[in-house]
Amino acid sequence: MAAVPDSSPSGKSGGFLGWIDARFPLSVLWKSQVSEYYAPKNFNFWYLFGVLSLVVFANQMITGIFLTMNYKPSSAEAFNSIEYIMRDLDWGWLIRYMHSTGASAFFIVVYLHMFRALMYGSARKPRELLWIFGCVIFLLLMAEAFMGYVLPWGNMSFWGAQVIVSLFGSLPVIGGGLVEWIRGDYVIADATLNRFFALHVAAIPLALVFLVIAHLMALHEVGSNNPDGIEIKKTKGPDGHPLDGIPFHPYYTVKDLVGIAGFLLIFCGVIFFAPTFGGLFLEAPNFDPANPLQTPPHIAPVWYFTPFYAMLRAVPSFAGTQVWGVLVMGGAIVILFFVPWLDRSPVKSIRYKGPIYKIALAIFVVSFITLGVCGLKPPAGIYPLLSKIATALYFAFFLLMPFYTKWDSYKPVPERVTGHAH
Amino acid sequence: MLIKRIIRLSGLMLVLALPAGAALAEEESGLLSADTDINNTESLQRGARNFMNYCSGCHSLKYLRYNRMAADLKIPLPDLTQNLMFTSDKPFDEIVSAMPADSEKWFGKRPPDLSLVARSKGPNYIYSFLKGFYVDKTRLWGVNNFYLPNAAMPFVLAPLQGLQKPVFKNEPDEHGDAKMVLSGVELMTPGSLKPEEYDQFVRDITNFLDYAGEPIKAKRESMGRYVILFLLVFFVFAWLLKKEYWKDVH
Repeated sequence: MAAVPDSSPSGKSGGFLGWIDARFPLSVLWKSQVSEYYAPKNFNFWYLFGVLSLVVFANQMITGIFLTMNYKPSSAEAFNSIEYIMRDLDWGWLIRYMHSTGASAFFIVVYLHMFRALMYGSARKPRELLWIFGCVIFLLLMAEAFMGYVLPWGNMSFWGAQVIVSLFGSLPVIGGGLVEWIRGDYVIADATLNRFFALHVAAIPLALVFLVIAHLMALHEVGSNNPDGIEIKKTKGPDGHPLDGIPFHPYYTVKDLVGIAGFLLIFCGVIFFAPTFGGLFLEAPNFDPANPLQTPPHIAPVWYFTPFYAMLRAVPSFAGTQVWGVLVMGGAIVILFFVPWLDRSPVKSIRYKGPIYKIALAIFVVSFITLGVCGLKPPAGIYPLLSKIATALYFAFFLLMPFYTKWDSYKPVPERVTGHAH
Repeated sequence: MLIKRIIRLSGLMLVLALPAGAALAEEESGLLSADTDINNTESLQRGARNFMNYCSGCHSLKYLRYNRMAADLKIPLPDLTQNLMFTSDKPFDEIVSAMPADSEKWFGKRPPDLSLVARSKGPNYIYSFLKGFYVDKTRLWGVNNFYLPNAAMPFVLAPLQGLQKPVFKNEPDEHGDAKMVLSGVELMTPGSLKPEEYDQFVRDITNFLDYAGEPIKAKRESMGRYVILFLLVFFVFAWLLKKEYWKDVH
């Protein structure tokens, strides 16, 4: 990374950069956001997933642009154009696998990023808005992934869209009209594919870019949290910089580079050796073109939606409507927005929290993974019962949080961050 | 300490959940193992020959072009045009079949395009299917299939494999009554190939269809080794750079 050279003490610099700086705050931005943004020096492994989300986002944007050049958003041509990309277009297979693997990688890094926040209390004051921006990003990401999943127009794309869109039909009064409005037709059809394409390549990515910028601006305004949950801005040195902080560049740029290299090793391992990932990243029924007359034997969404899909199925219909499952599924996302206010512990980080929170978080992780597995399986045998229990535990983690975090013991938080820099 | 360990474990579980999920996704299928090798060019060449001679009359490979296949399988152009191209005289054409649009009337179902069958159904399915035909007088073509009950396809490989008969076994039904259940197939009248030869014959077809499902597969995997090797070196240098910079952080 070619650093913008330091400006002279007066803050003015000559040459080309000076010319730019007189017209645009380039050096100021670089300094405030990168070279003099002080981040806690005790970031650990879990703090990689923010920058990895950015890397995957960039990957999706760039590969997406090239896919758009060759993809045809029509129900007659979509499937053929994907095979054209995979076979006849130079390097098309690589671009497409980078994009399809990137979709799954996006959710892996985002889920781990969110888990990090739950572990170290990153959502709590003063980072509530930062967290809320993140939740909106997550919500949009789900919409983006769902619509992108429909575009190849494989049989699972078609039937998955059929199932998910029809969920809106369970809403009282407006349901029927709403579903028609979303589809633009009486069935999932060409019109649906076209509008999903527009939303997938223009509307949602644009919103995501703005929200990611807002997310980063909020982060740089309040400063990063850290594994100790200590506000490093409270202890500043004579130079006015936090004593436990180090400039993001070059320290974290070089450290993140190591993390990115490690991530790329796994990412490329999947792209080159297991792009379908055993049918989880690219599902086998999606290699058959969409066929409204032939339902796949078992319709399941892609793995990253299955925890929520399992919740949908776990809730039985009641009073003659299925809407409760849809509400529970929506509630599972909505409840995330309230995390900053649900945690009543006097300390932020799990390092200083008591045993109850640790056990609660462990149970939460286990139930989320259980839901993910249940959502992949046909609703038979042990799975419906497991889904019900795990759904209850998922909500209990959030709804009971105000109580157990209050009752829980905690350890005194040190003034300064702990541990050696690594 | 125990709790710390639980937390670490749960974090680790999150990381490991995906591979575990992948393992769960691959369930017991009851299919025969095709045991194909996409890097075995000779097998792919034999598979292409077998496919063009026995399958391509009805089944197309519309996403694969003749010249792409020839290049990937190292088939010389004269061999391609003289021995393998039956539906077109232009090597850059897609491999289409001679089936008319109304072939549905003949079979009850249009013979499906097989470009992606290895990706949607898997090589094991193809291999099993080609070994699963048995005599069943109630069916239109006198054969049924153990792995795809009531398959519409006539058994065009019968002269090679011979004819198989169904094997039944007794199995109690839900009321505890004995019931005859189809449990497998066995050779009744031999064909022109020995059983091992026939196995190899359909394995080659399966391998070829696996290739046709993703022509880049072999190249992708060989290229991937260099990518990983590069990234390993890059990782080491990135790590050394980080170490150098972080010397002064205490």
